[in-house]
Amino acid sequence: MSGMSSMSASIRRIVALIRKETLQVFRDPSSIAVGIVMPILLLVLFGYGLSFDVKNVPVALVMEESSADAMGAVSGFKLSDYFDATPVKTMAEAERLLLARQVNAIVRIPPDFARRVELGDAEIQVVVHGTDANTARISLGYAQGAIGTWLAREVARGRPLLNAPIVAENRLWFNETNESTHFLVPGLIVLVMTLIGALLTSLVMAREWERGTFEALFVTPVHSGELLLGKIVPYFALGMIGLALSILGSKLLFGVPLRGSIPILVVVSMLYLLVALGIGLVISSVTKSQFVASQITLVVTFLPAIMLSGFMFDLRSMPLAIQIVTYIFPARYFVSVLQTLFLAGDIWSVILPNALVLALMAFLLMGLSTVLTRKRIG
Amino acid sequence: MIESLLRILALMRKEMLAMFKDPKSRVSLILPPILQCLIFGYAATYDLNNVPYALVDHDRSAVSQALVARLDGSGIFTRVATLDQAAQAAAYVDDRRAVLIIVIDRDFQRNLLAGAPAPVQVIADGRNSNTAGTAQSYGNAILTAFGEEWRLARGLPGAAIRVTTRAWYNPSLETRWNMIPSLIGTITMMMTMMLTAMSVAREREEGTFDQLLVTPFRPSEVMIGKAVPSMLVGLTQSTLIFLVAKFWFQIPIAGSYAILYLGLILFLSAAVGIGLFLSSIVANMQQAMIITFVVLMPFMLLSGLTAPISNMPAALQTFTLINPLRYAISITHQVYLEGAGLVQLAPEMLALVAIAAVTLPFSAWMFRHRLG
Repeated sequence: MSGMSSMSASIRRIVALIRKETLQVFRDPSSIAVGIVMPILLLVLFGYGLSFDVKNVPVALVMEESSADAMGAVSGFKLSDYFDATPVKTMAEAERLLLARQVNAIVRIPPDFARRVELGDAEIQVVVHGTDANTARISLGYAQGAIGTWLAREVARGRPLLNAPIVAENRLWFNETNESTHFLVPGLIVLVMTLIGALLTSLVMAREWERGTFEALFVTPVHSGELLLGKIVPYFALGMIGLALSILGSKLLFGVPLRGSIPILVVVSMLYLLVALGIGLVISSVTKSQFVASQITLVVTFLPAIMLSGFMFDLRSMPLAIQIVTYIFPARYFVSVLQTLFLAGDIWSVILPNALVLALMAFLLMGLSTVLTRKRIG
Repeated sequence: MIESLLRILALMRKEMLAMFKDPKSRVSLILPPILQCLIFGYAATYDLNNVPYALVDHDRSAVSQALVARLDGSGIFTRVATLDQAAQAAAYVDDRRAVLIIVIDRDFQRNLLAGAPAPVQVIADGRNSNTAGTAQSYGNAILTAFGEEWRLARGLPGAAIRVTTRAWYNPSLETRWNMIPSLIGTITMMMTMMLTAMSVAREREEGTFDQLLVTPFRPSEVMIGKAVPSMLVGLTQSTLIFLVAKFWFQIPIAGSYAILYLGLILFLSAAVGIGLFLSSIVANMQQAMIITFVVLMPFMLLSGLTAPISNMPAALQTFTLINPLRYAISITHQVYLEGAGLVQLAPEMLALVAIAAVTLPFSAWMFRHRLG
């Protein structure tokens, strides 16, 4: 009987706490900024702003000969969406344009081109501005493709020319239209969850520790577990709003396919959100200072979520030592599931192991933050 | 005039003491830039040095085996499976054990001998379309080179047209050469903007800012006293990153350090100006932290650091014109890789001067305005 009544008293306390915290969260302009404004801003920046798709590369065409073959060989550059071609008279002028970054590539057809095509020994020079290595590499590939297409067409028309001996037929699974938005936009859910779960929570909690308002609650009959629950629930709700915004935005604004099922996406996101909340709570209760908590949270959650998660930079390219470091941070497990769920589907061999690691991390961090809070009372 | 200078110097001394007297904050100003530069220098790369692939060789001829040996010996491609059917390979891509599936046709050798095009399918995991494109282009390069050499070795002529490619300023196309110079601006901007915004917000929260305002200091003097120490910290941090770039990553610098530092001083004035402006509109540290962060995100993402500005829609490209980081990254790239001089950098330098000339006086005005 008394067990029952203490149970219901506990529930009443928790409900009252959640009510208080929720009001506090939704009246605080900071949490609206991080919980609502940030997700929308990130969605716009990543969806519209960032693109690795190489299109309309400005290219200077240096035609040192104007034969039909020379015109044919560069026709691909004039017609394709990948290039934006400008004819230029001399190589010197093209080099000047490249240096001024008015063009990013030079295609040079040397004199004597048509005659050497007949001999089967022609050469075309392609020069790219290498500062942006990634774009440069992709542009080079497209340029070779454009020239190869012309050659293949000439061969198909029955000209006795030798085509390239091996023809690579490139295909892309899961992202047939080759749009970087399709992997960037799902990936940004990890950023939204990290910001709300870890950064906002650690800032708010550190402020409470700093001002002593958290300790003030200890003198009430509230248990530390109940206190934490009251703190977590509103931020958890804010995180779910962020998730809903991100899923809606990626589907409606950017047409990103969601090939996996939404319930799985929601469950895995909840796990990651719990991990992020756990990190935020642990950092704030250890540092108890807004400035230090914010700096540490940035370094251990937000920056790894961008750089060490596989969201933008492929993990396999990193040296072994850095790859090992990425296993410490929860973001890599979540990003792997996100990219698979959005573009590939419910592939359990990816989802299960990653979700298990997240669940384990969530359990440990939540336990640790309860212990840390309890210690302070004693 | 001299009195004003003395007042500013006293204020700067006080700021420096506040920053460096605490060992924790001393460490937090010096260690993070070095660590970030090291970790991101290794992590932030679009180059691939390990491409796991699944092989489906329908031909099983001497030539197809030579091609596979070529792929395996490239140092980049690692074969994780050798399969009979393409359908079996799908599982390897699904759970990310393989990035590519390479399928060699049954008639591969026969076609090659007959001089007919021999197709090889290169299927990539598009979950990261950038990795996929890079892996495919590495694969294509090996296929093309192998085909040419195979023909030439038999005394057969190569393809009618050869495409010779060159990349200027970064001949081996290493992302790191591009990324680490960009980090100089990015890391110092992050630190200096936060430092400036937080230092004013902290004084506001603790009430010492009001005390500062009842002293004979003019608002512009308070502003300079807050701005210069942050800039000095920024310059120290960029020097640390230069040293890591030079001695650890051994990235060559083609231009002069003097020009680089001039660009950095202009950049830091612009960044600190924005930080001061933000600090003048916030009430406490939490707001300062969050608003700085909300402003930093678009600055960092729309700077050309991670994806090229030329790929952005026109409206966002226009926004980048007021982004100091865009100019800082452009200046460091040109000095590092192209060896640019003052004339070439004039547009970027002037843009930074313009941003600083607007934000610094405006935040001084805001300080005064808030007093009144």
